[in-house]
Amino acid sequence: MIIKVEGLTHIYNPNSPFETKALDNVNLEIAKGEFVGLIGHTGSGKSTLIQHLNGLIKPTSGKVIIDGVDISAEGANLKDIRQKVGLVFQYPEHQLFEETIYKDVAFGPINLGLSEEEVDKRVKEAIELVGLNYDKIKNRSPFELSGGQKRRVAIAGVLAMEPEVLILDEPTAGLDPKGRDEILKQIKKLHQDFNMTIILVSHSMEDIARLVDKIIVMHKGRVSIVGKPKDVFKKADELEELGLGVPQVTYFMRELKKRGKKVRDDIITVEDAKEEILRLLRGNGNA
Amino acid sequence: MLKNITIGQYFPGNTVIHKLDPRIKIIITLLFIISLFIIDNFLPYLFVSIFIFTSIFISKVPFKFILKGLKPLFFIILITFIINVFMTKGEILFEIGPLDVTKEGLKLATFMALRLIFLIIGTSLLTLTTSPISLTDGIERLLNPFKRIGVPAHELAMMMTIALRFIPTLLEETDKIMKAQMARGADFESGNVLKRAKSLVPLLVPLFISAFRRADELALAMEARCYRGGENRTRMKQLILSRRDYIALGISILLLGLIIVDRLL
Amino acid sequence: MSDVMIKLENVTYKYESNENEGVVALNGINLSINKGEFVVILGHNGSGKSTLAKLINALIVPTSGKVYVNGMDTQDEENIWHIRRTAGMVFQNPDNQLVATIVEEDVAFGPENLGIHPKEIRKRVNEALTAVEMEEYKDYAPHLLSGGQKQRIAIAGVLAMKPECIILDEPTAMLDPSGRKEVINTIKKLNREENKTIVHITHYMDEAVEADRVIVMEKGNIILEGTPKTVFSQVEKVKQIGLDVPQVTELAYMLRKEGIDIPQNILTIEELVSAL
Repeated sequence: MIIKVEGLTHIYNPNSPFETKALDNVNLEIAKGEFVGLIGHTGSGKSTLIQHLNGLIKPTSGKVIIDGVDISAEGANLKDIRQKVGLVFQYPEHQLFEETIYKDVAFGPINLGLSEEEVDKRVKEAIELVGLNYDKIKNRSPFELSGGQKRRVAIAGVLAMEPEVLILDEPTAGLDPKGRDEILKQIKKLHQDFNMTIILVSHSMEDIARLVDKIIVMHKGRVSIVGKPKDVFKKADELEELGLGVPQVTYFMRELKKRGKKVRDDIITVEDAKEEILRLLRGNGNA
Repeated sequence: MLKNITIGQYFPGNTVIHKLDPRIKIIITLLFIISLFIIDNFLPYLFVSIFIFTSIFISKVPFKFILKGLKPLFFIILITFIINVFMTKGEILFEIGPLDVTKEGLKLATFMALRLIFLIIGTSLLTLTTSPISLTDGIERLLNPFKRIGVPAHELAMMMTIALRFIPTLLEETDKIMKAQMARGADFESGNVLKRAKSLVPLLVPLFISAFRRADELALAMEARCYRGGENRTRMKQLILSRRDYIALGISILLLGLIIVDRLL
Repeated sequence: MSDVMIKLENVTYKYESNENEGVVALNGINLSINKGEFVVILGHNGSGKSTLAKLINALIVPTSGKVYVNGMDTQDEENIWHIRRTAGMVFQNPDNQLVATIVEEDVAFGPENLGIHPKEIRKRVNEALTAVEMEEYKDYAPHLLSGGQKQRIAIAGVLAMKPECIILDEPTAMLDPSGRKEVINTIKKLNREENKTIVHITHYMDEAVEADRVIVMEKGNIILEGTPKTVFSQVEKVKQIGLDVPQVTELAYMLRKEGIDIPQNILTIEELVSAL
């Protein structure tokens, strides 16, 4: 297990009128190389949880263990942890600040105290990992880029630290469908080609359905459902009660089943739905 | 979370003091300050004390909130006191090393310290019992008559309103950018002054860029909502003086005006 | 009085950018929107859809061609304030369009600028807040509201100017699903119950499904136009420019390609279920 969270509770502004329990006895495990989707209504505790995973917030009680190290313990080396667990915030392009793309991406590696050659190598790799042309853009200002490109540069800034775990908080927020698809394609590639452990926070059930191995559903500061997408999205009613939903094709297959068609109820992507309906229609002659 | 902090130091309440017209409260505070500065003996201080402590009592603002306002200025008060004690010439009471303590010095120092303390208490009471927005309103309307001589009353008030509106937004943003840079290994806490100042660049640059972007978008949104300065503008909330405002002003003028008149005569 | 709310005649808009001079944001657009119509404009970032919104609100004027709002030419300086109160505008970022520190004061901002009598402003503010179902929040500070609530306040701020038409420039882009739902329901209600003309700009295709008309823009041109059914039935073309179609529409399209006999214009779950 690369990430282990035990009895994690976090209270904001304790002993004040604004006291709020953001996390309430959260327990979870994430294995190395897993692609996890973290979903939940706004205010469910998702962002508080991910900020615990690289030590930006300290638990009120409970433990966060990364790769065997208890990072909530006194004297934990936060620099090490932040290198190991890369966190990309929402709208990461709002954190760009350097004159050139090269310098901005190099910010993390330099903070890690790496040698110049190593920084150089990592910056180049990171920029290419997000699908941008290193030689073409390294000396350009990050502020000249389009919204989607800026965001990719910002993600490269985290990748350049070579994290083992990459956490992305709604990496596609505010992008148009084209920009969204590009970013998701890159994230998928990081998972497939480099076996990176990825935690994706998203509001889009369609995106979650076609990408992740495991879904963690948060509600009111607790983990309420954990499981494979196929199993989690079977619980449409339960998810709706939590202010969430399932992909449109899943609703469709459910409706079909209700009308007496013998179809599987664990269909979550358009491709699977197509196969299933073809099987149904061709198998039964034409129903 | 940063978004829970209160702006200014408004202490919400529903007392007579809270409900007074902000213009009246500002005028009374000004009268109060003027009287503080012309007092030259201890008896009027008694009046002033009765006046201010009764007001605090009516406002139901806990006294510790008032004291909180005094705390950061404690040293200034102390230094003012010490300087005045030692630097005033006159009848020597006793000596501490090479420094003389005079009767006049002691009196002047006490006066100065009291003046500062009352000044802070008085203005604190104003900001504690008046929400920033009605304070802004009050200032705008008090300054209105001076528009003719070029005082940009409306513009000042608009600037204050927008500042108040965006303080929480920018605080939240600061928190977020700081965390994001910390996730990239930034260190805002260790090192000497120079290093720390330098470490703020990754925070300040994005913050400024964002503030400018916000300003740009806000300007466009205001234009789209037909904003064209203070000309011909009306206000939904009219400030109308009620009987309690006149009574409060009357009492204040009676008390504080007496001090002023007494001193001038 | 004609039935046309907005009319664009051969509108081109060019702007200067740092790198290349004279970027064409809109390229000879012709468009007419009727009173009471609910139009959704889809397109990528940079397709010219935001430029279109600003042109209608007279925040910018065309490089060539004419824009008319309720018969008023946006290039005529004298019309500007009338145009802006006729076609109110809501922007993308909920934080950057609220001016005041209290909800009801913000809603009052527009009518105050119009020099309306205080009593009438109070009435309009109350009505506007009721219309967006935010009356309980009138004394709140905007920064304590959710994104969807802030956008509804922004809509109320426009409503208080009593516009005939509301232009919304990606009002849902920065919201979570429940915020999006709140805003979309509010827009639909205003169109249905108060007969406001709506021009809704977005890149979420699911928000377009219930529109009267969908306009798809790409590189400064209108490339598709029609009812949601006619537009989304052209699955290939829509996907080619990188926009989404509803999952059921895509599924129907794939099944048709496999030789299954289902109609081309499926938009909802219900339609596909009955078709099978």
